[in-house]
This record gives sequence, C-alpha cells and structure tokens, in this order.
Amino acid sequence: MYSKKVIQHFKHPKNIGEIKNPDGLGKVGNPVCGDVMWIYIKVGKNKKGHEIIKNIRFKTVGCVAAIASSSITTELAKGKTLNQAMKLTNNIVAKKLKGLPKEKLHCSNLAADALHNAIEDYKKKNK
Amino acid sequence: MTKKTIYLDNGATTMLDPVVVKAMSPYFSNKYGNASSTHHLGQQARMAIDNARHIIAKSIKAKDQEITFTSGGTESNNFAIKGIAFANKNKGNHIITTKIEHDCVLNSCKWLEKQGFKVTYLDVDKEGFVNPKDLKKAITKNTILVSIIHGNNEIGTIQDLATLGKICKKHNVYFHTDACQSYTKTELNAKHADLITLNAHKIHGPKGVGALYIKKGTKITPLAHGGGHEFKQRSGTENVPGIVGFAKAVQLAMNSKHINHVKKLRDKLIKEILKIPDVKLNGPTNNKRLCNNANFSFKYIEGESIGAYLDAQGICSSTGSACSSHTLEPSHVLLAIGLKPEEAHGSLRLTLSRFTTQQEIDKTIEELSKTIKKLRKISPFTKILKRL
Repeated sequence: MYSKKVIQHFKHPKNIGEIKNPDGLGKVGNPVCGDVMWIYIKVGKNKKGHEIIKNIRFKTVGCVAAIASSSITTELAKGKTLNQAMKLTNNIVAKKLKGLPKEKLHCSNLAADALHNAIEDYKKKNK
Repeated sequence: MTKKTIYLDNGATTMLDPVVVKAMSPYFSNKYGNASSTHHLGQQARMAIDNARHIIAKSIKAKDQEITFTSGGTESNNFAIKGIAFANKNKGNHIITTKIEHDCVLNSCKWLEKQGFKVTYLDVDKEGFVNPKDLKKAITKNTILVSIIHGNNEIGTIQDLATLGKICKKHNVYFHTDACQSYTKTELNAKHADLITLNAHKIHGPKGVGALYIKKGTKITPLAHGGGHEFKQRSGTENVPGIVGFAKAVQLAMNSKHINHVKKLRDKLIKEILKIPDVKLNGPTNNKRLCNNANFSFKYIEGESIGAYLDAQGICSSTGSACSSHTLEPSHVLLAIGLKPEEAHGSLRLTLSRFTTQQEIDKTIEELSKTIKKLRKISPFTKILKRL
C-alpha cells in the first residue's frame, strides 16, 4: 500500500527532534484526527544574502504517511531559500514520496503546510 | 533478509492447522462428489458432511439438524438477522443490538432500517459489557430479535449469554449471538441462544466456511433459495472440503490445555506491556476476556505507525486507529467503551493462538517497547507532557 520511498522515510526518518529557541515554529493537525506535525526552523543567510532554512527539525504524531511526509519535507526544505521553501506544496511532497494512498492525501500529508506556518511564524516575529 | 514471522493477529484469521489441511485434502481430489447425488461418490460426501455436522452440534450441545453450514461469519450473521426480521415482521419490526458489534451485524441492521425496521443500539460500559437492565428496558412489544456479540473481536469482552438469553426468553424474543471469536475459546452452550454464528477460520480452520445454529422451531427465512440444501435453510452445493476442515478444526480446538497455554502467554504480555508508562488495557481484565486477546492504547502516538514498525520486525498486529481504516474513522468499539478518538488512534490489538510460543511473546514485548520509545521520541505530545 505504501511506496518503498515512504517506508524508507518512515523507518529512518530524517531531522527528527526539536530546535531550542527556533526562529520559526509551525504546527498543523488535530489530535482528534490522529495526525499532528510541528516543524522547527532556524533561518540563516546564503552567500547572496538571501534568507535560507539553515536547520530544520520535526516532531510528528501520526501514521506511516504522516511521519514519512514530515521527514521528506525537512529534507527537501533544508538549505532552500524561504521563497523556494514557500513553493514546496503537499502535492510535491506526495510526488517525491512516489505517491501516497488516496485517503492519506488530505489527512496525513500536511508537512508542507507546517513548514509554511513555520516560515510565517519567523516572518511575523521579524517584521 | 526476511525476519521470522510472529503472527499476533489471530483475531483477523488464523493459520490453517496442518492436520486440518490433511483432513480436507481428499475432498479436493478423489472425494469430489456432490452430497446431493445418490451414487457412492455423492454418499461419501453426504456422510462427510453429516459427520462434520455432528461434531459441531455436539461442541455446543445442539442437535445435528440445528446446524446449518454457511460461507462464514458474515453470511451467518446476515442470515440470522435478516432471516428472523423477514420471517417475523408480522409480529413486530424492532431489533435490538449493541454499539460494539462486528460491521456485518451493524450493517445488516442499518440495511433493515432502510426496509422499515427499527433498531436500538445498546450502549456498553467501560469494559464493553451490556447491562442486562438496559436490554430489559429496550424490549418493547414490537421487538422480534436481540443480537449481541459473544466475545468481542477488538477488546475481548465476553458477554453473559445466560443472563441476556434468559431476558429474551422471558419476553419471547429471539436471541442471536455472534460467537466467531469466542467459539472453542470459552464455554458456548446452545441452550443460551436461539441462533449462534460460528466460523472456521478463527480456529485454525479454512476460510469460506461457517455455520449458523438455529434452535428447532425458530421461524427464519432463508437468504439463498435453490435446491433446498441444508434443511431448506441455505441452498447451494455444499463446500465439502471446507465443512470437513471446519469440523476437524473444532475437534482440535476443543481442549482446555490450549486455553490455559494461550492465557498464560497473554497475561505475561499484558503484564509486561503495562509497565510502559502511559499505556492502558482496553477491555476487561479478568476471566471475562477472551483468552487470546490483548488490546492497548498508547498515549501520544498512533497505531498504524506502531503496527508498521512491528511489521518491519516480522510481527503482525492490528489497530483501531482511524489511519488504518478505509473510512478514516477510529474503531466504533473503542469509542463505545468511552475512549477519546486520540486514545483509539493509539490502540494496538495483539491476538494470540495455540501456536504462539513463549519466545515469540518475549520478542514481541522487547520490540513493542522499543517501538513505543521510538515513536514517542518523534511525538510532539510527549514534550507537552514533560512540561506539565
């Protein structure tokens, strides 16, 4: 039912844990539905002076798809500029995972939203 | 390298006992007769079915003619509920069942509601028991059938059939029980019910065969019309190998040694897993629980993930989490015993069999403890808890 890529990320999730004093924290989900994701980011600058995601970590409660999509999202976002990261969508995440079961697309594939929330949280704090 | 399988999903289905396979085998090859044929090959099949019927009847202290073979638990439950409803609709249109039934009972009842029947779904207590007083109160002059599951498939609660059956008898209402999970695992006596659903594949028999005990004199309409097989209750050429395998499985299972073995391992599993912080056992704790059933809720994590990590270690389990269901709804049984949706999401069912070994249970305890730790490390809720 799950692709090899999903199982790979589920079994060996990348960037798990939290960041102390994060620059941004994004939360999505609802415990009643079963899936909750928190994404922590640290923001830095690249050589061109653009703001980038220097460090990223996640904490997730949820099914195989929830954990795998959190993991791959952190991997895809790391080192990207904030603008690039804002263009990462749940759909792209699902594609990078070589697909997710249809019923999981809406409930468990929320990590890109959590990432966007984290970036917005950072922007709000640094207005 | 594939890991050795540890099968702890015996509530879903069981391994076919090799002795059962051996008993069935000739009926797949040279003993292929149709039991309705009068020649010697047909009569050979007829004798095999009669013999199987006798074994199964005896196992619940019923008469041979009271056992009708079916294709399994789902058909038996459909037959009992719809068959009684349609045969007795001149008497009334009210059916009583519970909120913790198997889907095939609930969905049969829901379908009957669309046909104009009224259905009452009884609540259960925290351990999954029906209160006999609630049943008494729910019975009206229009009630024709009460259907209550004997041993619950998810949380293992064993209902008191004697007490519930007595109430139905007193009010002259048919009493049906789904005994798919409890059959051969606890005492089951035909005198306590008018209709009893039995099946083979939960007791190391083949899939695709079951039976319905129908007490003599019960007014019931068949679902399948045809050549008048099975005392005109269920037409269709009999599944001879399946029926033979079913009876052999019953013979092998009816042994209290198995119950004691399974219960000992199950109790060890429960005792050890309850040592993990923030875990609770769903369902009753004493002898009123199916001997092979354990069901836990682990806080802060989700059941499909637990199952997937266990599966990676070769361990087969199941969960009541919404994440593993087609409907994305958590288990109706766990909600009925008062669990919050998030507790149902974190549930894991482990169901043992007589083939389960001590080593397998020890390995499961070890792997499950590791899995819980791993998932809680990822969970944001574990952190919230520490702060409190």
